[in-house]
Amino acid sequence: MNNLKKIEYSLKKRKRQESRFKIYGLLGITSAVTFLCIILSSIFMEGKKAFLSTYIKLEVYFDPDIIYTDNDQKEEDIKFANFQKIIKNSLNSFFPEISDKGELRKLSNFISSSEEENLMRLVLENKQLIGQKVTLWLLASSKIDVINKNPDMELIAEEDRLISNLELNWLNEIRSANNIESNFNKNFFVKADSTEPEQAGIWGSLVGSFFTLFVTLILSFPIAVAAGVFLEELAPKNKFTDFIEVNINNLAAVPSIIFGLLGLAIFLNVMHLPRSAPIVGGMVLALMTLPTIIIATRASLKAVPPSIREAAIGLGATKFQTVTHHVLPLSLPGILTGTIIGMSQALGESAPLLMIGMVAFIVDVPGSFLDSSTVLPVQIYLWKSTAARGFVELTAAGVMVLLSFLILMNGLAVYIRQKFEKKW
Amino acid sequence: MGFWSFFFILVVLGLSVHWYATNKALKLNAKLEKGSKLPSLPSYYGTYSLLLIIFPTSSLLLLWLVGKPFILEYILLQNIPEQLSANFDGAPSMLVDSIKAVDLERIFPGTNPLIVESATYFKDLNNYSNSFAYFSILIVAFLSSYFSLKKISTTFKARQAVEKSNINLLIFSSTIAIITTIGIIFSLIFEALRFFDEIPFFDFLFGLSWSPQTAIREGQIASQGVFGAIPIFSGTLLITLIAMSVAIPVGLLSAVYLSEYATPKVRQTFKPILEILAGVPTVVYGFFAAITVGPFFKDLANYSGFNIASESAIAAGGVMGIMIIPFISSLSDDVISAVPKSLRDASYAMGATKSETVKKIILPAALPGIIGAILLAVSRAIGETMIVVMAAGIAANLTANPFEAVTTVTVQIVTLLIGDQEFDSAKTLAAFALGITLFVATLFLNLLALKIVSKYRERYE
Amino acid sequence: MTEKIKIKSKNVNVYYGQKKALDKINLEIPTNKVTALIGPSGCGKSTFLRCINRMNDTIDICRIEGKIIVDEEDIYSTEVDPVLLRAKIGMVFQKPNPFPKSIFDNVAYGPKIHGIVNSDDELEELVIYSLKKAGLFEEVKDRLNDSGTSLSGGQQQRLCIARAIAISPQIILMDEPCSALDPIATAVIEELIDELVKNFTIVIVTHSMQQAARVSQQTAFFHMGNLIEVGRTDQIFSTPSQKKTQDYITGKIG
Repeated sequence: MNNLKKIEYSLKKRKRQESRFKIYGLLGITSAVTFLCIILSSIFMEGKKAFLSTYIKLEVYFDPDIIYTDNDQKEEDIKFANFQKIIKNSLNSFFPEISDKGELRKLSNFISSSEEENLMRLVLENKQLIGQKVTLWLLASSKIDVINKNPDMELIAEEDRLISNLELNWLNEIRSANNIESNFNKNFFVKADSTEPEQAGIWGSLVGSFFTLFVTLILSFPIAVAAGVFLEELAPKNKFTDFIEVNINNLAAVPSIIFGLLGLAIFLNVMHLPRSAPIVGGMVLALMTLPTIIIATRASLKAVPPSIREAAIGLGATKFQTVTHHVLPLSLPGILTGTIIGMSQALGESAPLLMIGMVAFIVDVPGSFLDSSTVLPVQIYLWKSTAARGFVELTAAGVMVLLSFLILMNGLAVYIRQKFEKKW
Repeated sequence: MGFWSFFFILVVLGLSVHWYATNKALKLNAKLEKGSKLPSLPSYYGTYSLLLIIFPTSSLLLLWLVGKPFILEYILLQNIPEQLSANFDGAPSMLVDSIKAVDLERIFPGTNPLIVESATYFKDLNNYSNSFAYFSILIVAFLSSYFSLKKISTTFKARQAVEKSNINLLIFSSTIAIITTIGIIFSLIFEALRFFDEIPFFDFLFGLSWSPQTAIREGQIASQGVFGAIPIFSGTLLITLIAMSVAIPVGLLSAVYLSEYATPKVRQTFKPILEILAGVPTVVYGFFAAITVGPFFKDLANYSGFNIASESAIAAGGVMGIMIIPFISSLSDDVISAVPKSLRDASYAMGATKSETVKKIILPAALPGIIGAILLAVSRAIGETMIVVMAAGIAANLTANPFEAVTTVTVQIVTLLIGDQEFDSAKTLAAFALGITLFVATLFLNLLALKIVSKYRERYE
Repeated sequence: MTEKIKIKSKNVNVYYGQKKALDKINLEIPTNKVTALIGPSGCGKSTFLRCINRMNDTIDICRIEGKIIVDEEDIYSTEVDPVLLRAKIGMVFQKPNPFPKSIFDNVAYGPKIHGIVNSDDELEELVIYSLKKAGLFEEVKDRLNDSGTSLSGGQQQRLCIARAIAISPQIILMDEPCSALDPIATAVIEELIDELVKNFTIVIVTHSMQQAARVSQQTAFFHMGNLIEVGRTDQIFSTPSQKKTQDYITGKIG
């Protein structure tokens, strides 16, 4: 048998191997893409529910006997009035057959506790409402909200369900009277954290993230650009600069939590900076972001052709002037792109911030760099760790907000790269 | 003197000195005859004077902000009434803390009057020392601007001086990386050594049991705290192993497919998709692992008759593997593309199929680079925090069963340090001992990987 | 002169993207002869060479029209498998490109993937035979397990030739095989080509007219994607019929 015959003979098997290998490769890439799709879609499916809240229509009677405890009718009375009772009475008038105290308490838990304060403010502004009956849409509590949004939960056995059969019956009665509807969840975008899912919002942590990233940016950008310029343009090639480079490359791969330990030991314990404050978080993230921006700076400086430097130096400019007047402006788009990518990494980072106490439960929107605050990803972590069922949707919605900011930032980076970056 | 008034004076001083110096240089130039002008442009003289204000004041200010707590505490300790320090049982630092904790606006009834007295003293000290510091810094600023303004003459080369100081600033910026590394090493070593004072080093490294609960009250038995880190290391290893067994095949096959098989169009579509996978924050993966994957494996096990917790090594490890896929694929893509085309041509010209070329020529040639990429990925996996914190569990089980909950180094660091803890118990210090182990391990992996990869690059360049 | 024709190209056009690299090439290459393709750089001679074993298939933007017939069969017809074709047509490249494997494994690569040999002994025999045939065996017989990249440039190129002939092709394509070598190594390779032509049909691309004159029996002159002239080597170099060939040989264009 000559060679070609032998080769032809073996060819069938080899072709099979070839196509099998190709399928393996295709399998690899498709599974990676599938994972991404599963992650994004599962988060979207869960998170989209959080953008709606459930409201219940009630005929609220602002009973003067409850609001005014005595006859002098002061504003103070309104502020301290028992609006919980007003809500309870309104519910009771919808379900007149309920008289048991325990059952009534359960019934009044249908409405979010935040509505007590809202009603108080409403009355404070419109005192003529006292003594009147008004039809209002009141925010439902989280467990009603969850059941209302996930109808399949009604099928779960009573002991595993969020609400009892009795409560479910009430809910169905409210439904059949068309007194329930879903509406845009405003709280989610304007409030900070809360113990009640229906009152918790992302705004507080967004502001915290903003303060933190601001500190990160003003610290890391100038330092990183300065370091990048020095290492790429001015540094002599010697042991010292080699050592700096090794350090930068290594820092880029140090686990982020180690930076948290550094922040805890140095910034908090030695320098006594405030715990949980954006300024410390920003400093820690700045140290983490430095290598990213330095590497991006060097890459875009390297992309500027030497002819430009030679032209400037030929005109008598010093090396420093050449860099600051000519090379740096030309490489700015690349540097900015790298900076935005570094910032988006910092925005998604949470582990080091846990170490410096930015994981506190914070109800107020932070007002300065020194206030206790949390950041977006840590808020997601905090909500995930909370047991209440209503927080699952909030967590997913928080992830959606975080991801949309990241998409925005990366989109900006891509835009800058395409619009301004020159090809030499 | 408050901070803002100090700051305001400083800014005004700086601007006026800059203006004055520039003008002085301009006038000097006008007076001088042609050919003997100042050696630098007038504005450089202004910049020089300004720098001579900024540098000393900002470094002094920083020094003050860092050193102030220590200086004040020292002075306070010297001035505490003897009666008070003699009667106080506990470390002097606790006494200082209780003095600092006093709110003079609302004194808690029953507070020791001596402590209140010290607190008042401390408050005054704080105010006076700030004013004193600001005042001295301003004096330094005035002195240095006087000095810089005197220097303007035909013999002084302001541009060289400015550039030199700017370059020094650049050098300083570059050394931040070194300072950070030193900071990491020192902060970890310092606290870890305190830990090893209490717990023997080898008990930590080779102990088989981990339960870091220390006594809350003195004399409490059975809660001494055991710090044997083997279960933690094994848990970390198990999760890393699971992650790698997802990430290496998927990442490598994707890289091979994209670089060898895919048409340019397919490559342009799928590479960004993999990059999205790399850009998803770890907390999102953690959420996905905890909410979707964990319960999925739990249901799967229930269905086939087992009973497992929703926190399991396989959920955390699997999702971590997904996170690492783009890491492996993009690094491998780089090294595979670095294999010269001539080798591919040679193989194809021999009549080899694509898969034979990949398996027998390209992958062996790229092997060092791929190993480097895998080492970097392992380093990434053992340092990853959020996924394991959210999905792996905190119980230190010594097991190789991927369906059980295990804990990792990073999870322990987080659980030991979250919450307000006294900073001298073995429990909190243990976090730093774990931290330095993690740092050393990842440092070793990173340096090794960088070395292998750079050697590999040299070979084909 | 009656010759058996091994390769025949009919109206071959090659495009790289929008650019036309070869224009209507019609060329016949005789069996067991050396055919030299000469011409200035960028004239398309290497492109034509790579068409013969379908190496241009590996370039995404490359498109080929026309027919190339090897042994009565159009190699671009759909029934022809490039893998099988390339087993029949060996190739040696401009820059020596041994695999980063041992000398032995370099030569054994082809036989192994094609399943030509049945035993290790047979394989060893084949490797030694090929190395001898390439005139390399005496120099490397004591270090067959050393890396192929450790050899000198000329030795590496002969290793590549040994690698190519290990699967006993009928045709060997050589793409400027001596351009990266010193004159002594070049002379060794040229001698080898004289030896090999007894068993193989050889097509060699070269930028050196002296080399073409020394080693080939037939010469084809390419210019800007066109085949200008083809004929017996001595005739082309002494009495070319085309003005362009004349200009090239005398150094007016290059």
